[in-house]
Amino acid sequence: MTDWNISPEEWTVIGLSLKVSLAAVIAMLPISFAFAWILARWRFPGKLLLDTAVHLPLVVPPVVTGWMLLLLFGANGPIGRWLLDWFGVTLLFRWTGAALAAGIMALPLMTRAMRLSIEAVDRRLEDAARTLGAGRFRVFRTIALPLSLPGILAGAVLGFARAIGEFGATITFVSDIPGETRTLPIAIYSALQMPGAEAAVSRLAIISVLLSLGALLISELLARKAGRGVHSHVL
Amino acid sequence: MSFDIDVTVQHGRRRIALSHRAQARIVALIGPSGIGKTSILNMVAGLLKPDQGRVIVAGETLFDSERRLNRPSAQRRLGYVFQDRRLFPHLRVRDNLLYGHRPPSSLSLEDLAPFLGIAHLLDRWPGTLSGGEAQRVAIGRALMSDPRALLMDEPLSSVDPRRKAEILDMIRHIPDISQVPILYVTHDLDEAHRLEAEIVMIE
Repeated sequence: MTDWNISPEEWTVIGLSLKVSLAAVIAMLPISFAFAWILARWRFPGKLLLDTAVHLPLVVPPVVTGWMLLLLFGANGPIGRWLLDWFGVTLLFRWTGAALAAGIMALPLMTRAMRLSIEAVDRRLEDAARTLGAGRFRVFRTIALPLSLPGILAGAVLGFARAIGEFGATITFVSDIPGETRTLPIAIYSALQMPGAEAAVSRLAIISVLLSLGALLISELLARKAGRGVHSHVL
Repeated sequence: MSFDIDVTVQHGRRRIALSHRAQARIVALIGPSGIGKTSILNMVAGLLKPDQGRVIVAGETLFDSERRLNRPSAQRRLGYVFQDRRLFPHLRVRDNLLYGHRPPSSLSLEDLAPFLGIAHLLDRWPGTLSGGEAQRVAIGRALMSDPRALLMDEPLSSVDPRRKAEILDMIRHIPDISQVPILYVTHDLDEAHRLEAEIVMIE
């Protein structure tokens, strides 16, 4: 029997995980949407290269992604040094760094879901809007964006689920600091190293499964809505 | 002159061309399916760029390859009624009608809705409309945008046969409520006669 008394430290872990994942998704939302839009709509030489680069975090060992973040955002990395010099900010060993790592790992999934929904938007409706006098930005704002919205949300929720589960890149980049970077998977891993923490492990494991399951379900429902090509009857 | 059109475009191995100066308020382009009638409308609307030629509608030059003039679709002010209607599925009928509305010069919803017989549909979603209803809304949406001309692509093609006469009659009376000329594409000569249109055969 699992002991369901969640300790204050575990609540901290859960809260931190939610905070990190939410920040990761919010930060990556505009970036993944921009990538999705470019990949869905633009034609240019080197598109395949961009497509591959966006998907890289999906296949590269997460530890390698974490190491690359360390190189870029570490105190001596080009971006890390710049952030420190100009803003006095460092992401290393901070929850913000955990959010960055989780966000990078979630980026391919988010981009993919959004791209599919942008591709599903009927371009003929955009033509119709243009004949009615709508300029490019208005066509985007009133036709393409609302019609791809379910897919964008599905991508965001999927990204959230991915961020909740992020381990390898995070522990490499920001290590395991209780209250700062110890998210659910990292807490489970540390608990596994300690004798007698089996109850904590199962509690945290069940919580992560439930969180991921919920997020996946929501994402799937949204994706179906997007795939049906619209909410015309239900909105 | 309502329409002065002289366009050519190479579409794969096929060449689509039309050269005609029309005087009438309603001009019917007639030809068998697949001859490129829709491509001609698209060239007039600015959705397809002709290889060469010119498009002048109601005295306004919209395209002229010699002068390198090509007004974007959004600035042509042509009310295009598509064969597949293309109502915006995420907007209610009212918001579809108002999408291109240019106050104060154009018709108001209060004037137009009874004329088209769609006043009772304003709060519906496009997905719930019948073919005939959707066609009326599509015509209304195009008229609301204060167009200099209407382009209609087989507007009766997916309408219940019993409703065809009604809609045809309504189209015939459009010039009474709005001074716009109509370029009407169909494969049915009878429709053109009933509209008392100037007939242009395309072969």
